[in-house]
Amino acid sequence: MACVEDLNKEIVLSGASFKEAREYVEAHCIEIYYVEPGFRLFEKHIIGIPPIAIGLDGDMVLFPFTKPCYGTFLIRAEHAEEAARLRSLGLKTTKEKK
Amino acid sequence: MTEDTNKQEHATLFLGCPEVPVQMGISLYLSYRLKKSGRLVTIAANPSVIKLARVADPERHYMDKMIDLDRCIGDFAEKTRSTDIAILFAHNDAGITYAATVRYLHPGRLVLVLFGHHAEELVSSVDFPCEMIVEKAVHDPAGLKKKLDEVFQWPA
Repeated sequence: MACVEDLNKEIVLSGASFKEAREYVEAHCIEIYYVEPGFRLFEKHIIGIPPIAIGLDGDMVLFPFTKPCYGTFLIRAEHAEEAARLRSLGLKTTKEKK
Repeated sequence: MTEDTNKQEHATLFLGCPEVPVQMGISLYLSYRLKKSGRLVTIAANPSVIKLARVADPERHYMDKMIDLDRCIGDFAEKTRSTDIAILFAHNDAGITYAATVRYLHPGRLVLVLFGHHAEELVSSVDFPCEMIVEKAVHDPAGLKKKLDEVFQWPA
């Protein structure tokens, strides 16, 4: 399992609001899974406003990554193992706001 | 994990980016007040805030238990840590995002302190239940102090 810092990644959005990052995933990905805050992705507990959208395209994973001083980044990383794990978990594929 | 005693209430302060000066001073004050009122206090903060706190309070009179912010949230997610009161400071969208995360992971009392230049604009992005303190404070902590004193009603 790779840590976020060690991933070969592309930053799709930087300094975005969390909402902007979610909207980007929903507008650009066909395969989307929704997770809750604290969900473990790339060895980190994801920070986010539920429901948190993660997009998949083959082995590419598109996900938000929030840092206190820099806002939310939307990151695209190729990682077959994590993509397969996400597909295997039976996650929600539709947005159900809590 | 809530600390060793069942009698003391445990408060956790979640501090984000320290770029707005008022956060450090008011959080030192709040930690002092919470401890003085008999609560156990943990500070969850990013590394910059922890460095500032260690320099400002070298003998740990006000902030003794400190933990990395993301590690603390991870512990909440793994259910190896909990608190009675969560108090979050937010002055930007990332702060609201962290607050929403803590709201999801912590079912108890949550006080959200919105401060800084955009405090009032941030209110509309808070769509989860919490007690909210809103003050456009950047350098002067007096307004925030007054509101925190009202919310917590410190014993004399």
